[in-house]
Amino acid sequence: MSHEIVEKNIGLMAIGILLVISIAGLVQIVPLFFLKSTTEPVEGLRPYTALQLEGRDIYIREGCYTCHSQMIRPFRAETERYGHFSVAGEFVWDRPFQWGSKRTGPDLARVGGRYSDDWHRIHLINPRLVVPESNMPAYPFLERREINADITPRKLRAMQRLGVPYTDEQIASASDEVRGKTEMDALIAYLQVLGTAIPHRR
Amino acid sequence: MTEHDMSTFWHWWVIVLTVANIVGIFWLIRWTSKRRAGEVAEGQETGHVWDGNLSEYNNPLPRWWLWMFYLTIVFSVIYLALYPGLGRFAGFLGWSSVGQYQQEASRFEERFGPIFAAYADRDLPALARDEDALRTGQRLFLNYCSTCHGSDARGAPGFPNLTDGQWQWGSSPADIHQTIMAGRQGVMPAMGDALGADGVEQVTHYVLSLAGREDANAELAELGAPRFAVMCAVCHGAEGTGNTALGAPDLTNNIWLYGGSAGAIARTIREGRHGVMPAFGDFLGEDRVHVLAAYVYSLSHQAQ
Repeated sequence: MSHEIVEKNIGLMAIGILLVISIAGLVQIVPLFFLKSTTEPVEGLRPYTALQLEGRDIYIREGCYTCHSQMIRPFRAETERYGHFSVAGEFVWDRPFQWGSKRTGPDLARVGGRYSDDWHRIHLINPRLVVPESNMPAYPFLERREINADITPRKLRAMQRLGVPYTDEQIASASDEVRGKTEMDALIAYLQVLGTAIPHRR
Repeated sequence: MTEHDMSTFWHWWVIVLTVANIVGIFWLIRWTSKRRAGEVAEGQETGHVWDGNLSEYNNPLPRWWLWMFYLTIVFSVIYLALYPGLGRFAGFLGWSSVGQYQQEASRFEERFGPIFAAYADRDLPALARDEDALRTGQRLFLNYCSTCHGSDARGAPGFPNLTDGQWQWGSSPADIHQTIMAGRQGVMPAMGDALGADGVEQVTHYVLSLAGREDANAELAELGAPRFAVMCAVCHGAEGTGNTALGAPDLTNNIWLYGGSAGAIARTIREGRHGVMPAFGDFLGEDRVHVLAAYVYSLSHQAQ
């Protein structure tokens, strides 16, 4: 009648359940924290500048990830359009990463350098001005809002504590770097650096 | 990429846990379906009672369910033998997602590579008359260029119309090819400080007069002419016909990249412009750019 023991001792059953469901995590997730390819940056990856980091926060605030992924999968159809497939080492300093799970708009993992700053500006003010069939919302207000430069160093400091190799000098000069810049400037700076660590060579 | 990255410890960690899990599951299902001494006969109540009146029969596990359970175990063993899953063991099939991608890519390269290579040997004007090449070129254009230049290649304010026969950076096949391969950086410096408000207005009207526009104020234009000669002619030429080596547009044809109203022209003079055509050479490669250039060439050379 041994199953009676398990069924009548809820604590024992909880331990049994925990043991069973933890196996998958222990096998599939835990080792990833100790692999070079998932924990170390790819060669050429640089931490976001203060302005780019502020732009990233705008990207998150406006929910860009709900329509744009940042994850090029290893399929030819994707690499033809977007460039080299994404690798884990590109995202080690992204906290949280912006892979997303839905593409109403195109993937943005390698949008850096694909369009000019002017294009991004016009496109964000009103996407229809350059892509008539676009259904992307317009973000003209980004041009009118200034970055709060006073809190930028704290953002870099937080990232430094999480392991992003910012120097103390970079943190000290962060406010000056973003002062007077608009949210539009910051977002464009962020978009223009996306995916540029890995060059695509055909 | 990842297979040699895993240390021996984690390699065995994964193997031991996975194998122990499968063995444990097999043992568990055998153990629970075994008859034990003191157990009541099949179909009888076991004698456990919950909540006062809930009891259960001692029924065996349904056969079909039990067999499905065994099948999942067999499946997992076969899967782990064929595919990567046990630490660094790559599986007997040697499959990897990157390998599958490279296979897919090389299969398409084998198919399309020779086609593009054959196009690469022909010069642009000839290729621009080849219907098949143009269809390919158009598809490339729609994929990579239409975002800025529009799906009809007629551009938008700040993004050149490619069908009007006017070329900021030159119209020769080599120029077009170079523009796509290496990109272009057009810099019109801001002249507002140097010219002053009056100067900007005068030069604006002189530029309007160069284009033969009726809204040009002759008096202002006359005042603007000497300023143009000093400040603008270096790039745009004494006659204002531009210089494709510098990307300085022809100002006499009344085609305006950034808008042709007096206000838009004044703004261009005052604040400057910075037009950027990104480089596509690394991304698309020489052969595809060649076909793309043929398509772009054909847009304004259809008559020839």
